[in-house]
Amino acid sequence: MKFQVADSDLINRIKNDWWFFVLLILGLLIIFVPLPQAQAAPIDRHLRIEASMYQFTPGVIKVNKGDKITLDLVAMDVVHGLSLDGYDFELTADPGQTKTAAFIAEKTGVFRFRCSVACGNLHPFMIGKLQVGPNLMFIRAMLLGILAMGAAFWSLRKPFSNLKEVNN
Amino acid sequence: MNRIDLTRFPTINLLLRSRWPQFLIRAITLAGFVFTILAGLFGPVVGSHNFAIIFVWIAWWSALKLFFIPFGGRSWCSICPIPMPGEWMQQRGVFSPTGKGFGLGKRWPKKLRGNWLQAGGFLLIGLFGAVTLTSAKVTAIILFSIIALAFILSLIFERRSFCNYLCPIGGFTGLYAQASPVEVRVKEKQICAEHSEKTCYTACPWGQYPLALKSSADCGLCMECLRVCPSDNIMVNLRPWGSDLGQKAKHNLGDVFLGLVMLASVLVDSAVFLGTWGQLKSAAYEVGSLPWLIFAGVFLIISLGVLPGLYSAAIWGAVRVGSAKTTFRKTLSKYGQVLVPLGLMSWIAFTVSFAFVKFSYVLPVISDPFGWGWNLIGMSGTASIGQSTSWSGWIQILLLVIGLFWSSKVTQQISESKKQALPIVAFSGLFTVSMLWLLIG
Ligand code: SF4
Ligand code: SF4
Ligand SMILES: [Cu+2]
Repeated sequence: MKFQVADSDLINRIKNDWWFFVLLILGLLIIFVPLPQAQAAPIDRHLRIEASMYQFTPGVIKVNKGDKITLDLVAMDVVHGLSLDGYDFELTADPGQTKTAAFIAEKTGVFRFRCSVACGNLHPFMIGKLQVGPNLMFIRAMLLGILAMGAAFWSLRKPFSNLKEVNN
Repeated sequence: MNRIDLTRFPTINLLLRSRWPQFLIRAITLAGFVFTILAGLFGPVVGSHNFAIIFVWIAWWSALKLFFIPFGGRSWCSICPIPMPGEWMQQRGVFSPTGKGFGLGKRWPKKLRGNWLQAGGFLLIGLFGAVTLTSAKVTAIILFSIIALAFILSLIFERRSFCNYLCPIGGFTGLYAQASPVEVRVKEKQICAEHSEKTCYTACPWGQYPLALKSSADCGLCMECLRVCPSDNIMVNLRPWGSDLGQKAKHNLGDVFLGLVMLASVLVDSAVFLGTWGQLKSAAYEVGSLPWLIFAGVFLIISLGVLPGLYSAAIWGAVRVGSAKTTFRKTLSKYGQVLVPLGLMSWIAFTVSFAFVKFSYVLPVISDPFGWGWNLIGMSGTASIGQSTSWSGWIQILLLVIGLFWSSKVTQQISESKKQALPIVAFSGLFTVSMLWLLIG
């Protein structure tokens, strides 16, 4: 008998909290499901980034996955560097000089690059962005946000309270 | 309901009741405070090598948002060194009160009550943020002015008037302490009602009456009431997060203003320090120049115009679908609590984005705090550029999404209908999208 009580409790719980599992699964789907991406054929890109206190110009670069990127880093005023998050890539250029190096953008996503040579007071905040392919993380984040708002609306619904009364 | 009274555990009870642990920790934080001022004045000029900058803006400011507030509410205030010297004068004793103290003990003027000055102070810090964050001298001067101001005010006004009405950090922690899982409350209301001396109220440095505490915003968790209550009627509870939010919470316009200023500040800080706009950074830095004036103007427009405007528009929408009784002003205040989880989680996400990358700066400055070539813990000169990983990106996303869920849920709880909640949830959604865009866009 005891078991049965426990059992029906469990079933009740699942009945009452099913939406929680649905949300959890939806959330996981949003985070992990691979989204179809139009794959453009990789090309060679020659990019020029000017570094000055405290800005990279252009600050945002968009490329496709697999592109071969040849980067010219030009230091406009003092010594600057460029170190790319997620990639093992770093460049340093002396004032007025250009330094060039190449890498293949094989990881997708948005990667920050930072100045790697102390160049002044705001040096720690000198940042640029490299976007390889679409920013799926941002899209997934937006979907999660919508899910969260939906979940908030749902969570306050008193599940099955009427049903119980009917059953009793 | 679902509270755990920590004073029931003998060891914790002893630690909270005795003045020693708190006194020792505060002695250390006071020493650290003085040391930080000295390091700021005499240490290296390069911000990222200066103990004061790294300690205040990376270590302490992050610890406050990642640890003290989310797990302990105003717990920082219980070990804060800033009001210490003033309190020694007020209670004429370093360790515990001894009779009548020095000071005029005036009451804080009515007109200056509420959160307005704290919010203003926070705005000021934001306006000069790029300088304070990079100049050790400025940081040191600000720290010194704060402790000096707290000292002077405690000679003129009663109790912790500085903490209650002026300290910008206090405004920040008080606001978000309402979402925190710690509270001081009375056990039996009846016992308090029958106790005419109200020893706890007389002893409370924050001017609170524990029986009347509805939210943890203004209680500094100093434990004085616990120590003096003759009937042992005070408890220190662990509680579910967000317990002060909901139907019964009372919010006033000052709270709403504070909440909106915090939202604006986290947006602007994210744009300045984590964005790719170099001109914005320089503008924020060159205090007094024309670009800075423009930056300051835009900052003020966002925090005093755009965000309050959008919030008011959402409230207007909610009032329209509400019942006839709801007035605009009341609704404006009522929904203020929605800004608490929204802002708290955004600040935490910002901190994850900001501080994790810069954490490698912390150990080197402990190793060589004055830049004199010391190597105390063998970590000098190990600072690296740092990088953010997709892990930290996902943590930020989850934090922001939790904040959105939480604030939408609070909105629901205090709304008459789903329809009424909609405009305010939309406001939270819009804010979250802006944060997402700034942090991981
Ligand atoms: S309100 Fe400010 S000064 Fe007072 S204890 Fe808290 S942080 Fe310290
Ligand atoms: S209510 Fe108690 S713990 Fe809170 S500030 Fe006052 S004396 Fe301190
Ligand atoms: Cu640089």
